[in-house]
Amino acid sequence: MNRELKRITILVLVMFLTLFAASSVIQVAQAGTLAEDPRNSRTLYESYSVERGPILVDGEPIAFSQPSDDDYRFQRVYANGPLYAPVTGFIPVNGEATGLEQSLNSYLSGQSSSQFFDQLNRLISGQDPMGASVEVAIDPIAQQAAWDALGDNTGAVIVTEPTTGRILAMVTKPTYDPNQLAVHDGDAVQATYQSLVEDPMDPLFNRATGGDMNPPGSVFKLVVTAAALESGRYTPDSTFPNPGTYTLPGSSSIVRNSGGGTCGGGATVTLADALRLSCNIPFAELGVELGDTAIREQAQKFGFNSEFEIPTATEPSVYPRGLDDAQTALSAFGQGSVRATPLQMAMVSSAIANGGIVLNPTLVDAITAPDFRPIQEFEPSEFGRAISEATAATMVEMMVNGVENGAASNARIDGVSVAGKTGTAENGEDDPYTLWFTGFAPADDPQYAITVLVEDGGGLGQEGYGNLIAAPIAQQVLEAVLNK
Amino acid sequence: MSDRRTQTPPQGTAATPPSGVRRIRMPQKLRNLELWLLAFACLINAASIVLVQLGALGTIDTQLVLLGAGLSALVFGLHIAMRFVARDADPFLLPIATVLNGLGIAMIYRIDIAEGDAGWESAAVRQIAWSAIAILCAIATIVLIRNHRVLFRYTYLAGLLAIVLLILPLLPGIGREVYGARVWIGIGDIATFQPGEIAKIALAVFFAGYLVRNRDSLSMVGTKFLGMRFPRARDLGPLLVVWALSMAVIVFQRDLGTALLYFGLFLVMLYVATSRLSWVVLGLSLFIGGALIAAQTLDYVRNRFANWLDPFSDERFNADPGGSYQLVQGLFGLGNGGLIGTGLGQGRPDLTPVPQSDYIIASLGEELGLAGVFAILALYLLFVARGFRIGFAGQDDFGKLLGVGLSFTVALQVFIVVGGVMRVIPLTGLTTPFLAAGGSSLVANWIIVGLLLRLSDTIRNHPRLVIDG
Repeated sequence: MNRELKRITILVLVMFLTLFAASSVIQVAQAGTLAEDPRNSRTLYESYSVERGPILVDGEPIAFSQPSDDDYRFQRVYANGPLYAPVTGFIPVNGEATGLEQSLNSYLSGQSSSQFFDQLNRLISGQDPMGASVEVAIDPIAQQAAWDALGDNTGAVIVTEPTTGRILAMVTKPTYDPNQLAVHDGDAVQATYQSLVEDPMDPLFNRATGGDMNPPGSVFKLVVTAAALESGRYTPDSTFPNPGTYTLPGSSSIVRNSGGGTCGGGATVTLADALRLSCNIPFAELGVELGDTAIREQAQKFGFNSEFEIPTATEPSVYPRGLDDAQTALSAFGQGSVRATPLQMAMVSSAIANGGIVLNPTLVDAITAPDFRPIQEFEPSEFGRAISEATAATMVEMMVNGVENGAASNARIDGVSVAGKTGTAENGEDDPYTLWFTGFAPADDPQYAITVLVEDGGGLGQEGYGNLIAAPIAQQVLEAVLNK
Repeated sequence: MSDRRTQTPPQGTAATPPSGVRRIRMPQKLRNLELWLLAFACLINAASIVLVQLGALGTIDTQLVLLGAGLSALVFGLHIAMRFVARDADPFLLPIATVLNGLGIAMIYRIDIAEGDAGWESAAVRQIAWSAIAILCAIATIVLIRNHRVLFRYTYLAGLLAIVLLILPLLPGIGREVYGARVWIGIGDIATFQPGEIAKIALAVFFAGYLVRNRDSLSMVGTKFLGMRFPRARDLGPLLVVWALSMAVIVFQRDLGTALLYFGLFLVMLYVATSRLSWVVLGLSLFIGGALIAAQTLDYVRNRFANWLDPFSDERFNADPGGSYQLVQGLFGLGNGGLIGTGLGQGRPDLTPVPQSDYIIASLGEELGLAGVFAILALYLLFVARGFRIGFAGQDDFGKLLGVGLSFTVALQVFIVVGGVMRVIPLTGLTTPFLAAGGSSLVANWIIVGLLLRLSDTIRNHPRLVIDG
């Protein structure tokens, strides 16, 4: 009997050795593959088990995590969600995050390399791991003012600090409530997301930094003026022929000034008056004289054709290469294939306000560990010099004139000198215009640069124009922030 | 093995020597060792419950610790009973069963916390209550059965009992179906019980008794074929009956694991009793043949095989019912545990279906890691080894066979359920002995502890004169 029993003992040993081997394979050799399986909800929940750091505006959280009773342990809450959606973005349980939730994910979730020892420390001391908090540059008063001023229009408002590049307000409409996309029911998230994507108003677009990009129209004349002054061949007093119509070179297409007639009276018009009154024909003439290369190079010095991370990725504004004379003439007043984001136009205004230096725009002031140790503090960083200080000073003067007695008159504020430029861009023969304003105040000591974009003609189709719709919005926001 | 072969004089058939003499010679060394091990086991159990509370709740709730302490008192009660009625019983069996039972309660409690169950809803509280009943059964076993040879007398009664127990769940009125398997009985909504768990003990007793009586006819005669002596056709009866019984379990109770357990138990006992490999060859061929036919004709068996072969395909994963979702979730859990585990109360075992019963090993593997799985498997292996020791060192063939059979059920049951979870074999629903939530399983396995303790006491009580069997 014992011989058989020995064999059975060996059989049992083999059975258990198989189990030892199987568990080793699963728990060690295959552990990585198993963790990467997209169906492994443990991996997903793991990323939620850390208390995600808050996003703060002036010390008040606009996005924070509060304990929840479900599998995810924490529920992300967006205070005043629609207002701050373009800043925070959202983090869904299924799918990719957007906004700062995406671009600063490693800090917010505590996974960044600079937080490694911090997390190790918390692990050893038995504290729950926690992500870093992000303090954004947004000024709640500016943000709310921009939201209110934009009203029901489709478009965006962006306010920046010219000397630092800090973004003080970034509003886009229509928008969405990120809270609806942060619910823990994956199907509900999917349904909400789908309906937002299918919405013809594209509420998911951040029109301040991208979306369906718009032609800048007359606000681009600032770039062309800068190129002209920088070339040394032009001054504000340089004159251009002043016809009532202009035939594009090598084409039968005709360009008119926005008023329909000549630019002011007289056979010629100065550069200063052309910019102040925002006439198209003198700029078309100037554009052809300068050539597309000179304009493009100037545009690129302001940031066109570059991608900026604020730290959320933004869409680059476009001034294309290889334009013929007709296209160059159109581009000189911001039509044709030129495209710009409000962020880009804010950088143009800010550079003019800042003595010609372009600063990299940013949303973030500081990233702070849970123990209040600073991980990253904001330092202004230069993108480069776009124009000389002298050109900048000249252009400030020209832009002030534009508001005081020119095409941007609706941006005037009593007792404050405002510099500005409006734009009314055509999209297609029968499509509503895109309305713009970009400028800054106070002109003698620039504190705030503002750019307003209103799509769909502000609801007025081809009746709306920049000074009617966009300039008052800018004025309202500037008044609010200057009276703080 | 036996370190005191000359200490007690030959006793004939009587189980107990004159007690006064022995107490002087043997100061209950084994029981003292057991006491220390038992204290250590209870310490581990208390620590794991406290760790679960710290890990999952962040605080210590004394209520469950007190319930656990009550259970420890019962275990010590069994120990004290043994000091009187089974002084020479194996000192390792009780501590191993205790620590496995305790780890199981800690993990079930942990799942309760994750699922928000408390009070009588709590599976852990019920598990503690069943553990108490089970340990009392073990005490009763060891106190009432003073000589295991009594069981030999009831060989056929045990066989009958096993059949009745197996038929019970199929009876209308008291039979209950859970997760597709009809292996439960219940009265109203209360006290659901798996009689099949008790049946395995009755079967082991029956097999042992039957084989000891009939092994000569089963092993001696036969024709030689392919180097093996095959039994005569008329001696095939018992094998065919047990095979038919297993197939009936597969077809009517839809329980592959139990069928495999019974048949495996029978084959091993048959082999040990008759020394004839031909029985194993015949039996395995029959069972594999039956299982293959079942895989072709029965949906649930076919699904089990398909899930085993390709659990990660989207088709199997999403199939409902009968998909591989549970299997894959269990593997995810084990993988999540890794080498050292997430720590008690800190993993997500609750994401896997039935994490407290069939899948408790995956739950433990997630939170205790590979290290914990190895420790648990090693405990089982040690438990089985102590049981096999009875087979090696026992004096009477009935006792030897019964000891081997009972220990082998534990080994085979662990292999079937853990191997199923870990994709060594197709997944079948069986309880993990001592660990898994379930009253019938606990009662059955603690009775096995009681029987093995009783059997091991008799070998300690006899001089080792004849070693060869």
